[in-house]
Amino acid sequence: MMVEHRPVLAFITHAVLILGAVVLAFPIYITFVASTHTIEAITKSFPLVPGGHLVENYLRALTVGPRDVGATVGTMMLNSLIMALGITFGKITISLLAAFAIVYFRFRLRMVFFWMIFITLMLPVEVRILPTYKVAADLKLLDSYGGLIFPLIASATATFLFRQFFMTIPDELCEAHRIDGGSPMQFFFDILLPMSRTSIAALFVILFIYGWNQYLWPLLITSDQSYYTLLIGIKRMLDVGEGQAEWHIIMAATILAMLPPVLVVIFMQKQFVRGMTETEK
Amino acid sequence: MADVSIRNVTKKFGKTEVIHGISCDIHDGEFIVILGPSGCGKSTLLRLVAGLEEISTGDIAIEGRVVNRLEPADRDIAMVFQNYALYPHMTVYRNMAYGLKMRRMDKDEIDRRVRAAAKILELSELLDRKPRQLSGGQRQRVAMGRCIVREPKVFLFDEPLSNLDAKLRVQMRLEIRKLHEDLRITSIYVTHDQVEAMTLGDRLVVMDNGYAAQIGSPLEVYERPATMFVAGFIGSPAMNFLEADVSEDGRALVLPGAVRIPLNGTGLPAWGRKKVILGVRPEHLELNGTREGGIQLTVDHVELLGADTLVHGRCGGIALTLRLPDVHRIEKQASIALSASPEKLHVFDPETKNRIA
Ligand SMILES: Nc1ncnc2c1ncn2[C@@H]1O[C@H](COP(=O)(O)OP(=O)(O)OP(=O)(O)O)[C@@H](O)[C@H]1O
Ligand SMILES: [Mg+2]
Repeated sequence: MMVEHRPVLAFITHAVLILGAVVLAFPIYITFVASTHTIEAITKSFPLVPGGHLVENYLRALTVGPRDVGATVGTMMLNSLIMALGITFGKITISLLAAFAIVYFRFRLRMVFFWMIFITLMLPVEVRILPTYKVAADLKLLDSYGGLIFPLIASATATFLFRQFFMTIPDELCEAHRIDGGSPMQFFFDILLPMSRTSIAALFVILFIYGWNQYLWPLLITSDQSYYTLLIGIKRMLDVGEGQAEWHIIMAATILAMLPPVLVVIFMQKQFVRGMTETEK
Repeated sequence: MADVSIRNVTKKFGKTEVIHGISCDIHDGEFIVILGPSGCGKSTLLRLVAGLEEISTGDIAIEGRVVNRLEPADRDIAMVFQNYALYPHMTVYRNMAYGLKMRRMDKDEIDRRVRAAAKILELSELLDRKPRQLSGGQRQRVAMGRCIVREPKVFLFDEPLSNLDAKLRVQMRLEIRKLHEDLRITSIYVTHDQVEAMTLGDRLVVMDNGYAAQIGSPLEVYERPATMFVAGFIGSPAMNFLEADVSEDGRALVLPGAVRIPLNGTGLPAWGRKKVILGVRPEHLELNGTREGGIQLTVDHVELLGADTLVHGRCGGIALTLRLPDVHRIEKQASIALSASPEKLHVFDPETKNRIA
């Protein structure tokens, strides 16, 4: 890597970085500003500094909810959270177990199963959405948390990732464990799971954001407002037809929608970075 | 402690047989070393005893009980792996305690055993460390500690020292020997290092391509190698082999160039006038011996090792090496006369490669 120490260059690189950061942060700032004013203030001439209605707007969003949506932002956040966590834990659990089976057990049609999982990589939710909807409807999963979560759980990517990781673990570890008298499931819980800790943390971040940002599937499967997720809610708030959209509430909801993923990243960052710097093998 | 008996054991991977019928009785408290070149099936044989691989035919019995179908955990064995196979996320203490915990042993008893083993292995200060915070030698000791705490009937080692540097290897070798003398647990130790084999083993199993070429004490194997393979494999530099004819009366060997080398005792009357292969170790060739029948060697080059001098040369087109104690200054291209005492000669059948005398 080239390291230059010329001040002009340092100035230019910093300027570019700062500019980039500002460009990225500006829309978020505007959103935040809009969420702290009354609707009249925003629609007249747009203010550039935060106003004094922060607590009032957020409280209204969380407890009363926007007009015409039928659910409070609080409820929708809870739904989003349940869905995102359900998808995340479900995906991690399923793919850990699937990878464990594929790497450590010799059973008939093992490779067939592996390729079946692998092929689903080519079929994202959007492609198989109609058959999935039909199945979910037949199983009476419409308007339920199960319906929001289960169809999104199967994950070839995570299975593949864990498979690759398990294959780097030397066979002797499994053999030593066999000699120590442990059962396969004890090997899974006592050895593989703790060793996969950092991969799990990284996946948790990625999958949580994936789950939180689901839009199409929840939109399709929910008609009862009490199961709306926040992303659907925000979209609904915009569909006001003739009337005036409640921009201050929408912006508050948007800021709230950004919070959990940000918190997850901040909270998991430590684990994440430790996983990158500390190699255990 | 227990005796292990291996009877006509074969092992096939798919269609290829890699162990071709090995039998060996290992006595209680004995230290057996399985020695052989890479790929000859040493690890496979050990893994068969451990139960990590299933035997194709034959029987393995530990303390008189046939264990062919038993899981490794039920065979009462413990194994040290080449890469140690320590659980990376557990402390030294938990690594050693894990096998006992799996056996639902009482917590106090586990603690007592782990601390006792740690004391023997000088690991007491390191019990709270993770494997990655240990040096190679310390990891090696933890791997042994994990076995000791179990108090198994049989210890199995698969090249446990091969990841250590030369100095540490010598030290750990002595420690393993000492440990064995203290605990007297039947041990089977795989290595391709003949110094390790000679110093550690009560008996050696020299393996050649899936067969046990010879089973015997280190000295037996050195002094009376059963096959040309064993003769060439044990000893460094390797034994010299020369084609020779047995004289008509069987009392001497005739080398090309009509050099006569007398044989010990009554010689080989049954082999009169037949072709054989003569083997003689570099350290058993002597300079300008007074005995009759000198071999003339043309010197190619000389290696001065300090304690010894290695002389490489040719005798009628055949390469020979001899090893002389102390420093000798011998010119290149010099011609020197060699002899060997009759009792140090090895004679092999050129067809079967087995020892004749
Ligand atoms: N799981 C397996 N499947 C197929 N062949 C195998 C398997 N394990 C070992 N072999 C073959 O069996 C033979 C003996 O292998 P083994 O590992 O016992 O050799 P080794 O004497 O321990 O060699 P090294 O000194 O290199 O460790 C080799 O030819 C190897 O390719
Ligand atoms: Mg091996």
